Amino acid sequence: MTEPAAPHAASFDIAENSAAGAGGRLFQPVGAWILAQASDLDIQLARLDPATTPGLRIDGGRLTQLDTAGAWLLVRLARRLEVQHGKVEFVNFDPSHATLLERVAEVEPEVEPLNAARPNGLTTFLARIGAATIGVGTQARDLVGFLGLAMITLGRSLKQPHRFRLTALVSQIEKTGLDAMPIVGLLTFLIGVVLAYQGAETLRGFGAEIYTVNLLGVSILRELGILITAIIVAGRSGSAFTAQIGTMKVNQEVDAMQTMGLDPVEVLVLPRMLALIVTLPLLTFFANIMGLLGGGVICMVLLDISPDQYMRQLANTTDISHFWVGMIKAPFFAVIIALVGCFEGLRVSGSAESVGRLTTQSVVEAIFLVIIADAAFSILFQLMGI
Amino acid sequence: MAQPETIIEVTGLRTQFGRSVIHDDLDFTVRRGEVMGVVGGSGTGKSVLLKEIIGLITPAAGTIRVLGGDVLNDEAAMQRARESWGVLFQDGALFSSLTVAENIQVPMRERGGLSQTLMDDLARVKLALVGLPADAGPKFPSELSGGMRKRAGLARALALDPALLFLDEPTAGLDPIGAADFDTLIRNLQQSLGLTVVMVTHDLDSLVAVTDRISALVDKKVVVGTIAELMEQDHPWLRSYFHGARARQVAGMAAPNVEKR
Ligand SMILES: Nc1ncnc2c1ncn2[C@@H]1O[C@H](COP(=O)(O)OP(=O)(O)OP(=O)(O)O)[C@@H](O)[C@H]1O
Ligand SMILES: [Mg+2]
Repeated sequence: MTEPAAPHAASFDIAENSAAGAGGRLFQPVGAWILAQASDLDIQLARLDPATTPGLRIDGGRLTQLDTAGAWLLVRLARRLEVQHGKVEFVNFDPSHATLLERVAEVEPEVEPLNAARPNGLTTFLARIGAATIGVGTQARDLVGFLGLAMITLGRSLKQPHRFRLTALVSQIEKTGLDAMPIVGLLTFLIGVVLAYQGAETLRGFGAEIYTVNLLGVSILRELGILITAIIVAGRSGSAFTAQIGTMKVNQEVDAMQTMGLDPVEVLVLPRMLALIVTLPLLTFFANIMGLLGGGVICMVLLDISPDQYMRQLANTTDISHFWVGMIKAPFFAVIIALVGCFEGLRVSGSAESVGRLTTQSVVEAIFLVIIADAAFSILFQLMGI
Repeated sequence: MAQPETIIEVTGLRTQFGRSVIHDDLDFTVRRGEVMGVVGGSGTGKSVLLKEIIGLITPAAGTIRVLGGDVLNDEAAMQRARESWGVLFQDGALFSSLTVAENIQVPMRERGGLSQTLMDDLARVKLALVGLPADAGPKFPSELSGGMRKRAGLARALALDPALLFLDEPTAGLDPIGAADFDTLIRNLQQSLGLTVVMVTHDLDSLVAVTDRISALVDKKVVVGTIAELMEQDHPWLRSYFHGARARQVAGMAAPNVEKR
């Protein structure tokens, strides 16, 4: 091989070493053995057959530059040769290159791969199912435990009202309630529109379009108002709770709080939970009105039902119990959303990635539990005959 | 390569956050192949100066040239500069969702062209270089101690064997022996790789052991010189910094003209 043409070319020569006697050989790295050349050199060195290259010495006389990557390639080569030929010496190196080689030579040979080998697909699959199942179980248990903890803390802070964090509560009420009104209002209004439109189309076939009003009243007051609101709040505020508390965990703010004698459940969880208990029913009430309004507009436009008629029909046919059935669910859903949000936030550990993962999980879990609870309420009210 | 070529040149720098002025008409130069120490009281703008040079904060006025290119106005020069430096932030700034080994491999991956085995090998070499045990590689940053995170951050800064290395308080949070090792390491790397190092530090041992020259940030400007030269200055902050009891011990042999009691 020839002398390097460009300043950043790298190669190597294998020369007879007359000084070392018969059979002695010199391995001569040439040029700049640096990271930019490492992958080429790596490939060339891999082709080198240790059996036919009894290079007992590595000669650094023709090196122009050496960095850690180059040094590592030389050290690795030396180790490979040593297996067959005994000790390999480094000679003729510039003092600074020699120090670098010494340091790199201290790196221990690899014992086990850095990234553990993957077990086969089926085992992994089964193991993941198992782990997920156990995960769901412990998760459920911990969540119930957390509910208990929150209730105990609530009881304690009711006994000592001066410890209660009013400012935090008011601020949370603003963020979770007032700020959510536009989106909740808009969405339920549109739901009312869609429902009325579809209902009217179908019922017109029987000449019973006036019953659209009954349909609207029952479905919005009883189910849709609260459910849509709860889902929006879970997506909006539940996720915010997890992200806020989770980021505080990552920054060790929660740890700092504890060392100052502040109870994270009291400081972080209670204000959020109580705020949702206040705001979710109010938002639901607002959502009901907006939904009925949306439906009313369609009834007026499509069915020529006057506002007056609409109100009368609604009042006469829809029992007030439907309204209460919807409203009574709100505080329960509020507790579910707040608890799940805060619980997942407190489970964050270490990385920014876990904040993201648990935020997603908190929203999914909250919506899931809200719908489960809604189903349970339906069965309960059915049994009670309401 | 022998002549002292200027690698960083900051002139007339002015930095302002709202109404508080941090730097005012500041000049700062670093020559190729030297280790430049940066000292100054807390909040005098050492980290901010570093961030301005590496392009994370835009100064209110002044020019910054790195490797001869105007990094404030010339995007191509900035790109070239970016490829030739490694940065260790004051608090490590490791990617929390990657393992330490993966963190070290991020710049290598970005650069491309290296096989996974070679990258794994190099990650182990870097870990050993900065004095971390090999089993730290598969761990996540949150599972390491503060000092270990610092070392891991250095390993990542060294991933591409950069020509220019910025270190923000590299030895803060290390035990004294570890810190001394670290100083030796910086010196070794600097000599064998021909590195230029800009190092913010409060550690007098490091200053004496590693730096060629020191820039002290006082009165919104830089006072530059060797440690012996700075000791002769009579700015009050420099006096109390270099003539404190601890400084006298450390620098006893470095400067013969320390006042005796
Ligand atoms: N993003 C920012 N916005 C406003 N002010 C800032 C910002 N970053 C830094 N500062 C201010 O600039 C000043 C210098 O900060 P800098 O972090 O550079 O200090 P330092 O010299 O590195 O101190 P230390 O030794 O404590 O690390 C401080 O007064 C700080 O308040
Ligand atoms: Mg700083």
